[in-house]
Amino acid sequence: MSLIHKTAAELGALVASGEVSAVEVATAHLDRIEATEPKLHAFLHVDREVTLSQAREVDSRIASGEQLGPLAGVPIAHKDIFATRDMPTTAASKILEGWRPPYDATVTARLRAAGLVILGKTNLDEFAMGSSTENSAYGVTRNPWDLSRIPGGSSGGSSAAVSGYQAPLSTGTDTGGSIRQPAAVTGIVGMKPTYGGSSRYGLIAFASSLDTPGPFARNVHDAALLHEAFSGYDPMDSTSIDAPVPSVVAAAQAGDISGMRVGIVREFAGDGYQPGVIARFNDAVKMLESLGAEIVEVSCPSFDTALPAYYLIAPSECSSNLARFDAMRYGLRVGDDGTHSAEEVMALTRAAGFGPEVKRRIMLGTYALSSGYYDAYYGQAQKVRTLIARDFEAAFGQVDVLISPTTPTTAFPIGERADDPMAMYLADLCTIPSNLAGNAAISIPCGLADEDNLPVGLQIMAPVLGDDRCYRVGAVLEKAFEARWGGPLLKEAPAL
Amino acid sequence: MSAITRDEVAHLAKLSRLALTDDELGHFATQLDVIIGSVAKVAEIAAEDVPPSSHALPLTNVFRADEVRQSLTPQQALSGAPAVEDDRFRVPRILGEEA
Repeated sequence: MSLIHKTAAELGALVASGEVSAVEVATAHLDRIEATEPKLHAFLHVDREVTLSQAREVDSRIASGEQLGPLAGVPIAHKDIFATRDMPTTAASKILEGWRPPYDATVTARLRAAGLVILGKTNLDEFAMGSSTENSAYGVTRNPWDLSRIPGGSSGGSSAAVSGYQAPLSTGTDTGGSIRQPAAVTGIVGMKPTYGGSSRYGLIAFASSLDTPGPFARNVHDAALLHEAFSGYDPMDSTSIDAPVPSVVAAAQAGDISGMRVGIVREFAGDGYQPGVIARFNDAVKMLESLGAEIVEVSCPSFDTALPAYYLIAPSECSSNLARFDAMRYGLRVGDDGTHSAEEVMALTRAAGFGPEVKRRIMLGTYALSSGYYDAYYGQAQKVRTLIARDFEAAFGQVDVLISPTTPTTAFPIGERADDPMAMYLADLCTIPSNLAGNAAISIPCGLADEDNLPVGLQIMAPVLGDDRCYRVGAVLEKAFEARWGGPLLKEAPAL
Repeated sequence: MSAITRDEVAHLAKLSRLALTDDELGHFATQLDVIIGSVAKVAEIAAEDVPPSSHALPLTNVFRADEVRQSLTPQQALSGAPAVEDDRFRVPRILGEEA
């Protein structure tokens, strides 16, 4: 089997044993990227020499006897919203075109410390605002399953890179579903850790009370290895949780869910769900039962207002966070010709540098926070947030995990929802509650929809700091599904 | 809630420091009207006695020790600046804007 088809765990073992070098592994993936990028456009930046120099360093660290983790020498695609000293960091925005941060994000630094080799920076919806990667200022990314369709978003470059065998692992960030939804529509695994479980330091902020870095991989165990490699307390992030990282790798190897109580949320059904998505979800429920889990129906009545609450809270935080793009200290500056004041330069720069979705959200947030509207909109949304957390609390009093479809439909065609914001927002219907409550949630593949033969994702939600439960249930289900399918779901994807 | 007008969008754009064109104002007014009409659902929730959550974690006042640590050099801090003069950010005029 070629190096690009191996799992991250296998690659790490090959490098550790000296059978293959980190340079050879990186080269195989760089070649694959070069060959497939004209079709996918998953990356915004690839620099072969920078990547190979990282790989050479890992090889020499291993040769000198340094004890690196299980992912040393494994290549990774890194979402272009994490600061990287040796590569540009743009958040897919014109306002940061060519920007090179003077520091590394904590996630970036931990990847390097663990010996992972960064292949490049992946495409995303501008400032992670979107569900399709169509909001990138640098062009759309295409879904390897069907090049006319979206790879999900906002972390669509990261999902396309892993499902297209350009990288065995990638990073993402999840503010309203931006890891789980792209994972679902490309047939891979994507995990949103408990909020505060992974560091936001050096992550370009969108909505700070929601933004959560997490892993993508082609299987549950690989995702757990990456989760452990970059998670954990960071004094540089004031909302980082000072507690041990749940043992997610051990959970992915546990292999048993008999006796676990699995809840189905009654509110995640009805209009807007594609029949093929519901059918695969029902298969997963039967599979869980056959594996010894007890299925319980639960009600979370406030989830119906999660979407509106999110589209007030996230834009409000974004309108404040993105005020830092003022054309003074970094990034684009437009109109500084001596005839415009600083304030005019700011307004001209922001008009030229931000795309339509970012402008929409900044204005929506400004509206929700303005006097006269604050109580009715932002204040109410914060109360809904409390109600959603209470619903989860009550549900997790009855069950160990909750399950739902990850997203109501399979990958939609590029362009279909591009200028219809409300239709686009519906992609996050099932993922948003876990962002508002901060609990852990994963998406794993659960088959192909009959209508279009495209991947469907199953979401498994667990309590705050119950990340291990997502991996435990995910790994057992994955094994059972792969036995039925005769291998991973991705083997059904067309060759690129 | 009443529909959002083009004038209101122009006001929001001014508050947001976005120099929008006339076409953009019209387009965003239509879209924001739909979005606000949809999210207004939260105003109908009876939640008088529910405390608001600004955050998912019960954290307050996170402090670190007040110790001198290594930080960016002036050269690093200025490395992404649009314009630099004498080791400082050079900015357009900020005084006399009302004149």
